[in-house]
Amino acid sequence: MSAQSMILQTVASPHARAGESVSVVMLKVVATLVPATVYGFWLFGSPAFWLWLITIASALAGEAVCLRWAGRDPAPLLKDGSALLTGWLLALSLPPWAPWWIGVVGGLFATTLGKQVFGGLGNNLFNPAMIARIALLVSFPVQMTYWVVPAGAPGLLDGLLITLGHIPVPDAMSSATLLGHAKTDLARGVDLLHTELPGHAFNWVGARVGSLGETSTWLIAAGGVALLTMRIITWHVPVAMLAAIAVPAAIGHAVDPARYIDWTTHLMSGGAMLGAFFIATDYVTSPSTRAGQVVFGLGCGLLTWVIRTYGGYPEGVAFAVLLMNALTPAIDRLIKPRVYGRTFTGKPASVQKGKSK
Amino acid sequence: MGLRELLNGVRWGVHPHDDHKRPAADVPLRVMPLPERLCVPLLQHVGAPALPVVKVGERVLRGQLIAAAQGNVSAPVHSPSSGVISAIGEVTAPHPSGLPFAAITIELDGKDEAGEPLTPQVDPFSLTPAEVSQRIADAGIVGLGGATFPSAPKAQLGLKLSVHTLIINGGECEPYLSSDDSVMRVRADEVIDGVRILMHATGATKALVGIEDNKPEATAAMRKAAEGFASIEIRPVPARYPMGSDRQLVQVLTGKEVPSGARTASIGVLVNNVSTCAAIHRAVRVGEPLYRRIVTVNGGAVAQPGNVLAPIGVLIEDLLRFVGLKETPARLVMGGPMMGVALPHAQVPTVKGCGGILALTAGEITDTAPSACIRCGSCVKACPMGLLPLELSAHIHAGEYDKAEAKGLDDCLACGCCAYVCPSHVPLVQTFYHAKGEVWKRAQQKKRTEFTKGLAQARKERLEREARERVEAAARRKAERAAQQAAAQQAATSASANTAGGASA
Ligand code: SF4
Ligand code: SF4
Repeated sequence: MSAQSMILQTVASPHARAGESVSVVMLKVVATLVPATVYGFWLFGSPAFWLWLITIASALAGEAVCLRWAGRDPAPLLKDGSALLTGWLLALSLPPWAPWWIGVVGGLFATTLGKQVFGGLGNNLFNPAMIARIALLVSFPVQMTYWVVPAGAPGLLDGLLITLGHIPVPDAMSSATLLGHAKTDLARGVDLLHTELPGHAFNWVGARVGSLGETSTWLIAAGGVALLTMRIITWHVPVAMLAAIAVPAAIGHAVDPARYIDWTTHLMSGGAMLGAFFIATDYVTSPSTRAGQVVFGLGCGLLTWVIRTYGGYPEGVAFAVLLMNALTPAIDRLIKPRVYGRTFTGKPASVQKGKSK
Repeated sequence: MGLRELLNGVRWGVHPHDDHKRPAADVPLRVMPLPERLCVPLLQHVGAPALPVVKVGERVLRGQLIAAAQGNVSAPVHSPSSGVISAIGEVTAPHPSGLPFAAITIELDGKDEAGEPLTPQVDPFSLTPAEVSQRIADAGIVGLGGATFPSAPKAQLGLKLSVHTLIINGGECEPYLSSDDSVMRVRADEVIDGVRILMHATGATKALVGIEDNKPEATAAMRKAAEGFASIEIRPVPARYPMGSDRQLVQVLTGKEVPSGARTASIGVLVNNVSTCAAIHRAVRVGEPLYRRIVTVNGGAVAQPGNVLAPIGVLIEDLLRFVGLKETPARLVMGGPMMGVALPHAQVPTVKGCGGILALTAGEITDTAPSACIRCGSCVKACPMGLLPLELSAHIHAGEYDKAEAKGLDDCLACGCCAYVCPSHVPLVQTFYHAKGEVWKRAQQKKRTEFTKGLAQARKERLEREARERVEAAARRKAERAAQQAAAQQAATSASANTAGGASA
């Protein structure tokens, strides 16, 4: 019997609903990203704004085209907000002054190859924003690591020209990110005690080199807390992930401060917060049980630390999340809640009879 | 509460933000005036339908037996008032299918003349447990929480399996409903007395009354009524749906789980609803059969929502006329919004297990078209049984019923929590209803095939046996014939020899 021929009587119970639809959930997530995004605009100027706009528009366009091709009406499905959220998250993880076509390629990639080829919302194995980011990083390493110092934000029009590639970015403004800097210094044989970490002093307010929306760690964390209080996400993934970054980092730093960055820097840098609260918590690509989510979060965190510390790329969150995404089906198969009245193996629990009191 | 529970909150179920219980719960109980006609269904319980013992045209009195129990798991039906039987036939069942089912229609004469009580008044504690059970059975008491299992066989089962604890369900977790709440507020003494009688009937030594913590008045009234009975404990439980489900209530009150596929009695507890206890009190103390009950009439379309003491068998339209309608309801539901059934129309009678009638407006039912599952896990977190609704549903849609069964389809309570929370409005519990029906059908089919196979096998064996017997008989006959022939031949030879001898002699 197929799903179509199954009569699902609309009159069957329950006759009430929690009322939270997918679009509402997605829009709430988007809303919690607004402060960090606006702060990013302020920090990096209008090129960041234009890039953000272009990326989201491309993500939506990619989704619409795929749905059209699949013979479905795109309008109601675009309203679920998932493509908007994907584009938004991708934009936040891009270098703020990246050229326009980075946004276009990334946005299109995210929703078409990252999501719709798998069968659309709910069927993709990997987080679409992160897979697009990795694709960009691998294909365009230069543009994807072209960071600017947050200073002297250009006006709207100048910003647009920068994004469109008509004004070259002044050399003085480019720089490496904190993690990237540490990486190159280590590679050059300079230990971290004698290196000057750029922008470290500004870490706490996020005024430092980095992606469009990742530097304002506190605003992102605040957004994450808002998601927690709205019960859109639970603590399991973010807490596990942040802990699994912080604990090995703290141990490493205690053992050899010259080789290992301390844990606060780890948490405040790169996409750790964005990853923990907004990327790894993606419903579709993370396990559906609480225990599974803890395992998943721990895996994401640990891999992030390992890649950052020993890997070739300075930033590990995107890779870590994708690797764990690939493990999600296995986690879901292995970690299941115990059914009431059954043992962990699924056998009915034994009956203890008698007058035990 | 362990650390796990602390971190995760109550780990199952849902907490509807607005339980819609007020103001209906706080309005004083009203008694519904007698309508002109009642349609008293013959099947108001699980088990065999009752058998009519009256004829069309006969006059009946209030409390008089009109249909007798048929079989072990069944319950008799009594007339809710006095009047004349006008029909014994089919009316629409309280079911969305709108299928007909048998009922006795009584045109009331308005005199409400009472018949004899079923039994003389006695002290229930001077009776044997068997006698108490008999009185409960004669009064037609069934579980009033909605399960409608006849109470007497349940009590007997408890006695047989030596249960030690009675769990009294004052949970009433469905939104909108407050009939149990109302019983506890206005009839707390009767409930407690019913609990004591039931303890006597089942041999239980302890009773735990679980009342959701959103019913402070009921808890206070019950506490007062239970004063002086040390073996009866009133225990507030968190207001959380489905707290009224046996398994969940047992878990919260005793910390034990009922094994999958087993009855609560197997761990020494028996669950009864508070309204049932009040009915048992009346049945055993004064011999009053179950012919009326408190029904919550609620919903956005109702002008004066509240609790109504109504005769069983009253047509929903009469009940709604009594409370008034503000607008035409978009949906009528018998029971609560989580597990209740939608009614095809209002010409449907109430039954013993009906604790509420809801007239819901379009805004209250919010049917949204389903979209794809986004794997949010909300259904997993909500399921009180620890199932994975999204997986079950996927298996069922793929036609893999055996996999769904292996993953606990049978354990599903059909409580609707999963469908309630799903942001994609995936019709989860609806799919499970369907699958349970399908699995049942397949099991029936299998049984039938096995039966026919058995028949065929038997036939084959019989034919083989017959053939064998025929062959054997033929062989026997042949052997006999051969023997006869041999004998005849021998006789002939000896005769001829004799003749020859004679001739030669
Ligand atoms: S209806 Fe079944 S699967 Fe859904 S929450 Fe209730 S018990 Fe779990
Ligand atoms: S609640 Fe709905 S959308 Fe969420 S996992 Fe369950 S079926 Fe999927």
